[in-house]
Amino acid sequence: MRENPVLINPIKRAYLALESWFNMSFGTEWNPMYHLGTLTFFLFWIILVTGLYLFGIFHGSIDGAYDSVEYITHEQWYIAGVMRSLHRYASDAAIITILLHLFKEFAAGRYHGFRWFSWVSGLPILWLVVTLGITGYWLVWDELAQYVAIGSARLLDSLPIFSSSMTSNFLQGQMTDRFFILIEFLHLLGQPLILFFLLWLHVKRLSNVDINPPRGLAIGTLLALLVLSFIKPAVSHGPADLSSMPTVLQLDWFYLNAYPLMDYWSEGKTWILATLITVILMLLPWIPPKKDGPAAVVDLAHCNGCELCFDDCPFEAISVQARTDGAKYEKEVVVDPALCASCGICMGSCPSSNPFRQANEELKTGIDLPDLPVDKVRTMTKEAVLAMTGSANILMVGCDHGFNVNQLDNNETKGVKLRCSGMIPPTLVEYALKNGADGVMVVGCRHNDCFYRFGNLWVEKRFSGERKPILRGRADRRRIKVFGGAETDKTSIEKELKVFRNELLVINEQIAPSDQVDGKELSDV
Amino acid sequence: MFDFKNKLFRYFLQAVNYSIFMWLIWFLSTSPSYRQLADDEAVLTISFAHAGEIREPCHKRTQKELMKLSPNMRAPMDCTRERSPIIIEVLLDGAPMYTHTAEAPGLFKDSGVDIYHSVKVSAGRHNLAIKMDDSVLKEGFNHSFNQDIDINPAQILLIGFEFGQGFVIK
Repeated sequence: MRENPVLINPIKRAYLALESWFNMSFGTEWNPMYHLGTLTFFLFWIILVTGLYLFGIFHGSIDGAYDSVEYITHEQWYIAGVMRSLHRYASDAAIITILLHLFKEFAAGRYHGFRWFSWVSGLPILWLVVTLGITGYWLVWDELAQYVAIGSARLLDSLPIFSSSMTSNFLQGQMTDRFFILIEFLHLLGQPLILFFLLWLHVKRLSNVDINPPRGLAIGTLLALLVLSFIKPAVSHGPADLSSMPTVLQLDWFYLNAYPLMDYWSEGKTWILATLITVILMLLPWIPPKKDGPAAVVDLAHCNGCELCFDDCPFEAISVQARTDGAKYEKEVVVDPALCASCGICMGSCPSSNPFRQANEELKTGIDLPDLPVDKVRTMTKEAVLAMTGSANILMVGCDHGFNVNQLDNNETKGVKLRCSGMIPPTLVEYALKNGADGVMVVGCRHNDCFYRFGNLWVEKRFSGERKPILRGRADRRRIKVFGGAETDKTSIEKELKVFRNELLVINEQIAPSDQVDGKELSDV
Repeated sequence: MFDFKNKLFRYFLQAVNYSIFMWLIWFLSTSPSYRQLADDEAVLTISFAHAGEIREPCHKRTQKELMKLSPNMRAPMDCTRERSPIIIEVLLDGAPMYTHTAEAPGLFKDSGVDIYHSVKVSAGRHNLAIKMDDSVLKEGFNHSFNQDIDINPAQILLIGFEFGQGFVIK
């Protein structure tokens, strides 16, 4: 069935539009939408470094805190003041990147099935970062800190946990350094340590984890925050005074938005709303239930333990162990079904997934998808190639999560949809060309935005010879094109296809008819 | 038509994006400002910790009862642990402002109660009346406070309870 672009999820459409805008502005390598996680890490580094500097000057007591922050802001504005502003603005920026990261993964549908762990483990990070910001505002001990402290205490008092009132700690003459030191300990050590653990947990099921954004993007972000720190330095409110209530506050809405809600609503309703949002987000991976395909299966009879699939798996689902079948090879691979995304990238990386092998029998490979085995992929490829009757026939190999290649099917263009473009063994491209295709166009997800993280990247590297299994030298590169595209990129893909076809027509004209490949003859290969 | 591949134009677009990013942080880190109290408002806070009276009167053990106990347990008085709830009623200018009954917390209901209540009131002169009952053994409210109070704008007027003094303005 052809996919109607109008029916594409409007949230995903909004995300793709945003992604296109950033691709136009930054290019695919620096697109911030592709580096939201690493950008957040980078912002955490800024927060950590500036925080350590501020800690050296900050006086952690009720009487000394405000004055020390005033010193930081006004007396040593050129270093400490900038550090304070950077500390605050990087924290605000982290909320932006985290929320965009959440939006992106949701819009792109990357939270179902095997991804439940990353999704669920990411939510406590958001809440922890918010509470980290709250305790940070507390330490300044100005009027805003007073508002935050009393509001937080009211929130905690509304829970049936504590026997004594926490709010009564913030009455005139009641506040002690002990409570202040507790908050200082939480902000400086307790919360950052938990955050570090949660971040480790969040990426635990991913392989090839990168925590650094591209240098250009990092420099741009740092410069933007630095400029902001100079033109609008972070300042405090008046000093906290527990005998009076500040009337007007300049709230940081990134972190403190729950407090006005609590004033207008109630503590209980605010808790209910926060709990409801958390529970709904936590349950999203199972609403509606979505089943991944069956996990990849290893066939030791065709596996020599080369570890290429282990290297390529984006989700740490493959491990290597000593050979168990008595074969002459040293190692074998094992798939953990609980971690397997059924993306098929491992099948594309297996050297045994060579369609020229076992030509007249069922093609077996070392690691395969039970519901879309390499033999079926070979058959689909062959059928698509033989069905084309044009003068420059192009086989388009697409994936389930990018542009639907079957939308462009006609007598000189046929699409084969795989789960991920990373499923393509380079030899499959050669096989298509040998069987009569004039060109092969691989249309996976947009560059750097593979649904399975690395599928399109691995294909590009295999074709360029940077990553095994490589496309052999004898394959005519002029007849192969890789172009990423999302559901909404039909126009640009059609344009690219047209250009490619014209190039193929020129190449075909340069080759004498007797040299041309006879599809029928070679279909027996 | 613009050439999107043009490097300069791409830098310009990046500058636009960074400007939006900076503006978003600039604005939301302090704006819009939030008013939590009107200019002519103040806050009245009643806060204290107080343990209610023992729920039942103590019983003086007879010699016979004492002899039944092991030597180290022979305390002359036998008192139950459970304490009375605290019932408090606050009236501001004759109108009910706060009514609350707090059971003594703890497994044996023998702990003190923390009362905290804070409300916004208009600044100026008010009549404040507080009644508290902390004993089920005595009829009615056994502690009371009635006084005209002056509150300045934005002031937090704190009313506490001190043993032996009753309700006090702090």
